[in-house]
This record gives sequence, C-alpha cells and structure tokens, in this order.
Amino acid sequence: MQSNAALEYDYTIAKLYTYTAILFGFVGMLIGTLIAAQLAFPDLNYLLGEYGTFSRLRPLHTNVVIYGFTVSGIFATFYYSAQRVLKVSMAESKFIMFVGKLQFFLYLIAATAMVITELMGYTQSKEYAQMEWPLDLLIVVIWVLWGVAMFALIGIRREKALYISMWYFIACFLGVAMLYLFNNMAVPTYFTSGGVGSIMHSVSMYSGTNDALVQWWWGHNAVAFVFTVPIVGMIYYFLPKESGQSVYSYKLSLLSFWGLMFVYLWAGSHHLLWSTVPDWMQTMGSIFSVVLILPSWGSAINMLLTMKGEWNQLTENPLIKFMVLASTFYMLSTLEGPIQAIKSVNAIAHFTDWIPGHVHDGVLGWVAFMIMAALFHMAPRMFKREIYSKKLIEAQFWLQTTAVVLYFTSMWIAGITQGMMWRAVDEYGNLMYSFIDTVTVLHPYYAIRALAGVLFVTGFVMFAYNMIKTMTSSRELSEEPQFKSPMA
Amino acid sequence: MDIRELQGYATFFMTIVFVLVLYWYIVYLYRSEKKGEKDYEKLGNIALDDEIDSKPINSSNPISNDKKERNK
Repeated sequence: MQSNAALEYDYTIAKLYTYTAILFGFVGMLIGTLIAAQLAFPDLNYLLGEYGTFSRLRPLHTNVVIYGFTVSGIFATFYYSAQRVLKVSMAESKFIMFVGKLQFFLYLIAATAMVITELMGYTQSKEYAQMEWPLDLLIVVIWVLWGVAMFALIGIRREKALYISMWYFIACFLGVAMLYLFNNMAVPTYFTSGGVGSIMHSVSMYSGTNDALVQWWWGHNAVAFVFTVPIVGMIYYFLPKESGQSVYSYKLSLLSFWGLMFVYLWAGSHHLLWSTVPDWMQTMGSIFSVVLILPSWGSAINMLLTMKGEWNQLTENPLIKFMVLASTFYMLSTLEGPIQAIKSVNAIAHFTDWIPGHVHDGVLGWVAFMIMAALFHMAPRMFKREIYSKKLIEAQFWLQTTAVVLYFTSMWIAGITQGMMWRAVDEYGNLMYSFIDTVTVLHPYYAIRALAGVLFVTGFVMFAYNMIKTMTSSRELSEEPQFKSPMA
Repeated sequence: MDIRELQGYATFFMTIVFVLVLYWYIVYLYRSEKKGEKDYEKLGNIALDDEIDSKPINSSNPISNDKKERNK
C-alpha cells in the first residue's frame, strides 16, 4: 500500500462500467420495445430478415438487459461503494487497479461477443444461459477477477465491520459462481456425434427433467443473485447516503440477509410446477417461495422506515423518489412472485403474460430504477459536477412510472384472460377457445405494453442525456456533497 | 423405514432446527446489544460517514491503522 497525503477514492473502473450500463441499457430496452411491438404487430418481424425476428431478438433483449445493463450497474456501484464502505481506495493498490481494468476489458469483449453471437443465432437454448461455451469460459474468468478485486479490497480495508451492502455483493459473487458453473456444463455436439456436429454448438450434460431442474435452479437464482441480491446491496448504501439517514435497523438487515440466503436457493423449482419434476420438489418450491416474502419485505420495510421522519425528502429530492418507489416495487414484486408460485394460481398463470408482467414490475420498477438512481447519486462524486437537470429527472420519473404501471397492469389482464381462456371448457368438456381466439383478444393489451416500452425507453434516453450532460458540461463542484446530490 | 419415510422425518426435524436457529439468532442479537457486548446499530453509520480520511466506525486493526495515520 502506498502512503499518500491526499488520498482519494479512485472511480476509474466505476466510471467505465457507468458508460457500459448506459449503452447496454439503451440497446437492451430498445430491443425489448421492438419485440413488444412485434407481438402486437407481427409484420415488424420482417424488418431485418433473420436478424430481426422475435425468436432471435428475445434472448438478445434478456441477455443485454441482464448481463449488459444490470451487471454493468452492479460492477459500477460495487467499484464505487465498496471503496467507500471499506474506507480504502483502489489507488492504494496497483494490483487491484490492474485486476479491475483487466476485468472491465474482458467484460467489454464478452458483452460485445454476446451481442454478435446471439444475433448470429448461436445459443445453448437455455433461458438466461444462452451464451455458448467459449463465452461461458470467458465469463468465468471475468467473475473470478471480480472476486479477486473484491476480496483484495476487503483484505486491505480500514473499516473492520463489513457494511450490509458488502454482504450482498459477496453473496452475488458466490451465488452466481456456483450456479453458473453447474448450469453451463455442456459438450460441443462435434464431440458427441463423431465429428458430424458443430464445435460452436453445445448440448447440456444433463438430460430431461434433470436438465430442467438445474436450468431453473440457475434461472430463478439469476433473478435472485443478479436482480435481487446486489440491488438490495445498492439500496442499503445509496438510500441512507442520499437521504443522510442511517439504516433503520441494522439487526433487521442481518435477519433479512440470512433469511434471503437460506430460502432463495430452494425456490427455483416453482418454475416447474405441473411438470415432470417430483411432486415433493414442486411443493418445496411453492413453500420456499411463500416464505421468501419475509426476508424480502424485511429489507424493503427497513428501507422505507429509514425515511421515517424525513418523508419531506420524497417531494424535494427526485433520487429519493426513485429509490423509495424502487423499494415499493420490490415489495409488490416479491408478493406477486409467491402468489404465482402457489400451485393453484400457477395452474392459471403458467406460460401466460402475467409472468413477463411480474418480471417487469421487478426489473423496471425495482432494478432499473435503483441502478439509475445509484448512477445519478454517483455522478456528482465521480465527475465532480452537479447533476445537469432536476426537472429532467422529475419528468423521467413520472414517464417511467407510468410506463411500469401500464406494463404490469396490461400484462395482468392479458395473462389472467389468457389463462382462463386456455382452460375454459363447455358443458361437454370440450375446449371453448382455440389459440388464435386468445391472440385476438389480447391484441389491445400487447399494444399497451408496446406503448409502455416506448415510454420507458424514452425515459432512459432522458437519463442517458442527463448523465452525459452531467459528465461534460454541468457546473463544476468545489467540494464533494455529503448527502443530497446537487442538481441544477 | 423406507427412504420416503426417512425424508419425511428429516424434513420435519430440519424445519424445527432451522426455526430454533433463527429464533436463537434473534435473541442473541438483542441480548448481546442489551449486555453492551455489541452495538450493531452504530454500524449503520458506515454508509453515512464514508470519507477516506474519516475515522473507521469499527477499526480493523487499531495498531496498523495508527501506523497508517503516522505514515501519511
């Protein structure tokens, strides 16, 4: 470690990931909006030949928003907040700085290759695990480098106690590492077919129901350890810091954390209700999903109570608005998920549009809101300039909130309608509707969802513009703000 | 006793054990704070007082930290 009189936090890596979060956020949400429009207006499938079809673009959308936008947001906020809660600068260790830069460089290569290969049609055909084996291997290296940087920073820390956010980042690292390795065990078809298959196309090492179980052990925990755990870590740092209010109950955060860790890993089989998975395992998935309400709400309520006595900030500071609403959407989403995991409800909800509706009140209202608020909070500290426009943030907030509400309400109605129509039978037990009947009925809701996409992506462009102007031409700050982020 | 029956007993007892562990942990957290052995709530200030030159809320190694201060 170097001794340096004017030691400062080094945000080089956090800035790099901020840029990629903005870039991938825009690309991923734009593709999402296009495929939402394709479901309402199928002719839009034929804009770009094979590269523009729903089937090609849908995995690209999920992968870009998860591994491009969200993971960039996680790394950006980690490299920003970990230094601060550990009270140690990345500039103090050339090794950590090197690891951080190497990790970003490899991440950029992997993310770009992911976009290109998936657009070309290379896929393992496993949800949220579409990337083929060469990319899987590269991601393992990136993830290990993140772990090295994380534990090296922890190793040289000045603050003995690890703050709540750090537990969640560590959990994200460990959880994804374990699940990713198991789910991506695959063999190129070239080797399994005596040279007839492709070296670039692989098949899972598991088969049938086992494959489905491992897949959804991963699939659901991608939601757990990418969309939930690190985002909870973010809110535990950014909401107290932005509001100047210490977390309401540290003890509650301990209980919520361990509760989440014990329960989440067992809930994945709720994706396989009414399938060939053993019945006891389905029941276990349902029960653990319902139990999950407790630790999830523990964190969310802890965050809302952190604002106790300071609710005036909700009207004065748009970043608090984003974070409080994010926490509220987290509560909504973590109540809705367990309801869908109850077997009888799932009989109607499974395979319907209620599922993407549930996913999106989580990812738009919780994940994206929290990441954008965190990046806004970081911007004045990283670039030493005030946020370019408060009015623009306010407008963005209302536009995107409207978008989320339109998205999930339309999908609730569409999903339940769909589920009821699929199972409706007449007095003789014959199905009353054909598939196309449901498509016709659902058209208006699909159109509303596409509109919601347009509104949300417009809000994201406003966010990107505000961030870029903050980086380049906003008023310079003479000193770092302590709590509330300054904005013009 | 076949495997299904064994699984049933194992599930039942594990549930009891985990519930007890959870409640023990809650009691432990509150009791250790009441006795003055731990002060969990002050650790919430780590997020608020996070300047690089501010005093650690819970310093990792007082001796080496003093050395760091002197080397500055």
